[in-house]
Amino acid sequence: MPENHQALLEVRGLVTEFSLEQGTIAANADVHIRVRAGQTLGIVGESGSGKSVLCRAILRLIPSPPGRISAGEILFDGTDLLTLSEAEMRRVRGTRIKMVFQNPMTSLNPVRRIGDQITEGLSVHYGVSKRDARDQGVELLRRVGIPSPESRVREYPHQWSGGMLQRAVIAMAMAGEPQLLLADEPTTALDVTIQDQILALLLELQERTHMAMLLVSHDLAVVAETCDQVAVMYAGRIMESASTKALFDAPMHPYTVGLMNSIPDMGAAAERLVPISGQPPDLLHLAPGCPFAPRCAHASSDCAETPIALNEVAPGHHTACLYPERITRGAP
Amino acid sequence: MQFLAYILSRLVQMVPVLFLVVLIAFLAMELVPGDPIMLMLGGRANETMLAALHAEFGLDRPAITRFFSFIINALQGDLGTSIIQRQPVSVIVGERIEKTVFVIVYGAVLAVLVALPLAVIAAMKHDRPVDHVIRIGGMIGMSMPPFWLALLLILLFGLGLGWFPIGGYGEGFFGHLWHLFLPGLTIALFLSPILVASLRAAMLDVMGEDYIEVARSKGLSPRRIMFKHVLRNALIPAITVLSINIGWLLSGAVIVEYVFSIPGMGSLLVRSVGSRDYPVIQGLTVVFALFVMLTNLAADLSYMLVDRRVLRK
Amino acid sequence: MPTQAILIAAPGAVRREVARWSVTLKVGSLMLLVIVLAGIFAPLVAPFDPYFQDYDRVLLPPSGTHLFGTDQLGRDLFSRVIYGIRIDLMVGFIITFVPMIYGVAIGALAGYYGGVLDSVLMRLLDTAIAFPFLVLIIVVIAILGPGVQSIYIAVFLVAWTMYARLARAEMLVERSKDYMLAAKTLGYPTSRIIFRHALPNIIGSSVVFSMADFVLNILLLSGLSFLGLGIQPPEPEWGAMVAEGRDFIFENWWICTLPGLAIVVTGTALSLIGDGLARRFGQRHQAIL
Repeated sequence: MPENHQALLEVRGLVTEFSLEQGTIAANADVHIRVRAGQTLGIVGESGSGKSVLCRAILRLIPSPPGRISAGEILFDGTDLLTLSEAEMRRVRGTRIKMVFQNPMTSLNPVRRIGDQITEGLSVHYGVSKRDARDQGVELLRRVGIPSPESRVREYPHQWSGGMLQRAVIAMAMAGEPQLLLADEPTTALDVTIQDQILALLLELQERTHMAMLLVSHDLAVVAETCDQVAVMYAGRIMESASTKALFDAPMHPYTVGLMNSIPDMGAAAERLVPISGQPPDLLHLAPGCPFAPRCAHASSDCAETPIALNEVAPGHHTACLYPERITRGAP
Repeated sequence: MQFLAYILSRLVQMVPVLFLVVLIAFLAMELVPGDPIMLMLGGRANETMLAALHAEFGLDRPAITRFFSFIINALQGDLGTSIIQRQPVSVIVGERIEKTVFVIVYGAVLAVLVALPLAVIAAMKHDRPVDHVIRIGGMIGMSMPPFWLALLLILLFGLGLGWFPIGGYGEGFFGHLWHLFLPGLTIALFLSPILVASLRAAMLDVMGEDYIEVARSKGLSPRRIMFKHVLRNALIPAITVLSINIGWLLSGAVIVEYVFSIPGMGSLLVRSVGSRDYPVIQGLTVVFALFVMLTNLAADLSYMLVDRRVLRK
Repeated sequence: MPTQAILIAAPGAVRREVARWSVTLKVGSLMLLVIVLAGIFAPLVAPFDPYFQDYDRVLLPPSGTHLFGTDQLGRDLFSRVIYGIRIDLMVGFIITFVPMIYGVAIGALAGYYGGVLDSVLMRLLDTAIAFPFLVLIIVVIAILGPGVQSIYIAVFLVAWTMYARLARAEMLVERSKDYMLAAKTLGYPTSRIIFRHALPNIIGSSVVFSMADFVLNILLLSGLSFLGLGIQPPEPEWGAMVAEGRDFIFENWWICTLPGLAIVVTGTALSLIGDGLARRFGQRHQAIL
């Protein structure tokens, strides 16, 4: 289990709120995560679990009305990002933490050349000359596997396919050798055949540069293949976090079990898929206790009332469930 | 090659519209109740003149034949002759085109100079007090009749400050700039509210796009994002707006030329209605419409330069 | 649907509806209400007869008796401006909303049926926008002679095109919606489908535009009268009054500036209403074209 001071990124007690017409919701509530250099942390959850908001919160990209980060610390390489000025934060965004977004078709400006957009950060933050920027752009495209990058660097986004565009977006993120890469559902909008290629690319780049990676996905399979550590999110809270092996061998939260039971397993003999019963959580009207309680087969009356926190139930394995002993894999 | 194909297809689309335009111009004299020749001559008509002019204008021939002669002549640049001014219409109108163009371009440039900064401020500070002030200011500005604005400016600068001449066209390029400043400013003030509203809307649409969030994640400053990303993409709808409003620009030019005594097409139109100079009115109809169509074509072509996606269609 | 709520007009419903109005809509409506009432009750509001010429009181500056001063014929300008409300608002109203009625109808029909009807309409629309509006109106007036009837004819011939364009665009979107197909399969006559079912939903952009159009039409009307091609003196139309005051602009500025101010105030009220309507019916970034 990595010590605190070795973590490149450590988020403590993060609360991100949004003021809506109907009330205030906490898209992230008391979130704790930790990522080391060279390591990949997967964040799994349904839509609305707050995982995408988490990525944006780390980069402080939360639109300020109506959202705001109301509590917590985001420690990056020792510095709390929440204490930085906006100008200092821009520097961090351009050079040390980069992000890959979900939809490659809309991530690039349609009226500007791809090469210009990939190296824009280099010119702005490193003062690289136009000629050097062009060369570096070609090199970056080559590294992400774009064929004939010298000619393609001058093309426009509408001329490329989704898979190629996502490679371009990754190239854009890799410019400047970031220490941490946030990938928000990087393969969700792509064809299944392309997904594997992109994931392999990300892992290869990580190995080469020893950067840390935060991979957000709703897809457990993706996370299982690529991540060293996993955190499961539900209704804005971390429900369970562990190494990937530990999580899949012995999940310690009913929600995690529910997720696993609802995925078809191609290898095993045909079992019935068991969807998670109940409705997705209404973030406006959450009970003070565990937000999963209404849907949990193992819940007792105090689950909905007692505020939850992450407890270490095994070395490096944390869960927010009050009664993890009630779980056995496969039980309804 | 794609450029050529695009241009050609636009030109082809213009043909039926041109036909209708010429038809309308033709009807301008055709539908006059009574005898247009008599109306043009006023009280000075006598039998022989009437007969001669009737023959010259082909009024003894059926309407269809006249229409076709009209088209054929128009295609050759001959728009008829004005009885009242005793000159070919194309000459009369021709020497005035340049003045109207100057006024319009001047007005458009000033309008953009006024509108662009206001739109940027309104978009960057949207929904905050500044934005509301700009919006309300725009509503008031849009309600100001151009003829009234023109007179106000004349009052201010003629009576008050005497900085600018209040009429005429001036000599030489800088003379024009100086004489036409007030007319141009009138048009600019009239046009700006629409421009500000449209530019602001276009910019806000762009600002909500994913790639703007991506740009922010790269650590780009708001200024850089505005100028390098937002403005460029908002230019496309802005060009649309400007070209849609060319009609209003020209309408404003008519009034402004009249008030400031500028010898352009607009003041000619007003005068010709009063003197019932139908050939001139016909010629002006065609020229005005051509003007609008060519401007729209130019706008379409400039899309090609800004946004390559257009060529795919 | 909000329009139906107003139609039912139960007092509670009306009050709830008004409470949802934005500041701009409330202020604009209030301003317009004051102006309209002043116009309706002009004989009570105006202190003098707008046509009465008093040669002893020529070219007087604004004062207690003559709020807006008098013109070169000794007529009280304030009274003329008040009576002018009747002309400008009424003519403006007619030339805005009458073309809207058949413009929307034509556009809806063309959008629904498509085919030849639609192609012909599109050619007409393209031709209409090829002309500066004012120029087209002037040409028609050149044929028919100046006066308010010519303005009516000219505008009725041309102004419907914008509404047809808007309604057609909305109908193209609307016609493939489920409730439309359902009505068709139920065998309702087409006229019912278009006018009872589709119309309330496609009319939004036209209503918002009509406010801006109203302002532009008042500007058009006063502009034409200013040029001598519209409403003729001695009628107290605001644009005509500005024209009459033009010769006196330096010494007696009030004659041409104050009637123009009436146009600005009325136009601003209408624009505020238009802006409020756009917000109310969800067309957030609708540019006031």
